[in-house]
Amino acid sequence: MTATGKPGARNRVGRQTLRFPSRPVIISTGTAVGPREGQGPLGTGFDVVKKDTLFGEKSWEHAESHLLLEAAGAAVRKCGLTYADLDLMFAGDLLNQIVASSFAARELDVPFVGLYAACSTMAESLALSALFVDAGYAARALACSSSHHDSAERQYRYPTEFGAQRAPTSQWTVTGAGAAIVAAVGDGPVITHATLGRVLDFGIKDPNDMGSAMAPAAVQTILQHFQDTGFGPRDYDLVATGDLAEVGQSIAALLLKEAGLDLAGRYTDCGLLIYDRSNQDVQAGGSGCGCSAVVFCAHLMRRLLNRELGRLLLVSTGALLSPTTYQQGDSIPCIAHAVTVERAGPAPSPRGPCPAAGGGAMLR
Amino acid sequence: MTTATVLPFLQAFLVGGLICVAAQLFLDLTRVNPAYVMVLFVCLGAVLSGLGLYGPLVEAGGAGATVPLPGFGHSLYQGIIQDVTENGLSGLLTGGLKATALGVTAAVLSGLVIAAVFNPKG
Amino acid sequence: MLGKDRRGKARSAAGAIRRGGAGTGGAGRSGPGTVAEYAQLAESARRPRPLARNAAAAFLVGGLICAAGQGALAYWLSRGFAKDLAVGLTAATMVVLSAVLTGLGIYDAIGQFGGMGSAIPITGFANSIVSPALESKREGFILGVGAKMFTIAGPVIVYGLLTAVVMAVLRMALRT
Repeated sequence: MTATGKPGARNRVGRQTLRFPSRPVIISTGTAVGPREGQGPLGTGFDVVKKDTLFGEKSWEHAESHLLLEAAGAAVRKCGLTYADLDLMFAGDLLNQIVASSFAARELDVPFVGLYAACSTMAESLALSALFVDAGYAARALACSSSHHDSAERQYRYPTEFGAQRAPTSQWTVTGAGAAIVAAVGDGPVITHATLGRVLDFGIKDPNDMGSAMAPAAVQTILQHFQDTGFGPRDYDLVATGDLAEVGQSIAALLLKEAGLDLAGRYTDCGLLIYDRSNQDVQAGGSGCGCSAVVFCAHLMRRLLNRELGRLLLVSTGALLSPTTYQQGDSIPCIAHAVTVERAGPAPSPRGPCPAAGGGAMLR
Repeated sequence: MTTATVLPFLQAFLVGGLICVAAQLFLDLTRVNPAYVMVLFVCLGAVLSGLGLYGPLVEAGGAGATVPLPGFGHSLYQGIIQDVTENGLSGLLTGGLKATALGVTAAVLSGLVIAAVFNPKG
Repeated sequence: MLGKDRRGKARSAAGAIRRGGAGTGGAGRSGPGTVAEYAQLAESARRPRPLARNAAAAFLVGGLICAAGQGALAYWLSRGFAKDLAVGLTAATMVVLSAVLTGLGIYDAIGQFGGMGSAIPITGFANSIVSPALESKREGFILGVGAKMFTIAGPVIVYGLLTAVVMAVLRMALRT
């Protein structure tokens, strides 16, 4: 099924895909979200649901670091590990200089690799964690990502108390952080492949409609993944994009169909899963690094552990703009990264099986 | 409550409402940044005032014409004209801010006080 | 857009996606033809803005705020202030009202509902000064509050002044 590698890159498959023969395991995940996400359809599945958006911190930026630490802490705790057991941490967020991640990492004694991939960071961090583990450079790596609605709003758009009216195509940045521990041995779903995306720009300039901007990048990564690996739609139970939301997802579905890939019934989007758009005031749906992070780490992981899903393609999508580029009249370059996560049978593990992800949200 | 007392409120409601509808339609049809619409409307107020068209709107609508941003533009222009008439050419540079000083100073000081007392809630 | 036009544009965009990938360099940036077609495809996927609903909400909110302003004006006039001063005091009254609503965290909800009905009255101007002031307080009062309070209102003052001065110059030139 998988193509053979190329000279000098034996685990490289096709043009953009990597395979991980040792099948690194996601042994634990943790999620922490704000109240709006807790009130959404997936609310009961998150480990921590906050009652407000500041959590007693002195600013939105500090609150986002706090959220990331809660998610990472939940992941570590649920597995009976400590931070000393982690070899490496990959994290990124939407803030300038990814300060939420750096300031969270400051609290931990784990070597830190900061990432910027906008809302596609979760899949990117999972891919890199799997790669380091598979290549023998880490026994356990922490892949995480976060976003916070208010820290993102004040940086990208307006002050949070400004009375601007949100367009119907706009999306609500998720206040949430998701963390996953990827290990060489253990029980849990495995990461078998990753397709790293290329930056694509189809000329969309409207930052209030990022779904349209990101759809081509998502489609390119998905098409390339299937082409590189030789998988077909029936090999996957679900393909989940990160945050295309209402507008982007409908465009992506159409583009995939016209490209000859029929994912009917197997295609969803985390931005549409996280909120109830009919009575939560979120316009087109959710967005942000935290969107695919929390939906994957809580909801999709549970479905893999419950054996509802056998194989999942998580395709996190990112819009690589800044307020400056938008004001300078530039269009929005986008990227999408994908990881294949497969339900696996138990593997021999010195620590024994880890408890199932999710369930029993703790209200703080 | 007589018609005479209610009428000014109705006029203000109508004129103010219509100016806002014009801005909303413009925003929804052009999909520009809301701040651009605010700048456009203050400039429109100054232009209409200069053409002698905003004064009658103020007569008809009272606060419905003075409270919206075009009313701010109108005050800027009228302030300049008045200052030039009273004090000569220097009025070109002093008149606008003089006429709107109350509102602008109130906004600046309110900003400070509110920032001191409250926190953003998101 | 007709269904088959949509599919045609989607097929074309899908083709562009498939083609750019052979390491041709610059492939990430789409050419003008692709951009134009994709813009149309994206437009067809967007739910249209609810023009009537937004206009009605703007009318209601804007009208009510102006009616409140009329009340304030009537009050200041009744206190014996001259017309111009009363207008200025009305502006100040509405500004303070909006500042408090912004501080209480209510004005953003009014804005989401009323759109331009809340932005165009002077209450919107005040909100555009108070909201960045409030947001930036964590960066301190000098470089935070003091500097940032004009990020949105600044252009209103700059271009309002410019337009008023230009109109005044034109008027004076035409009179002579």
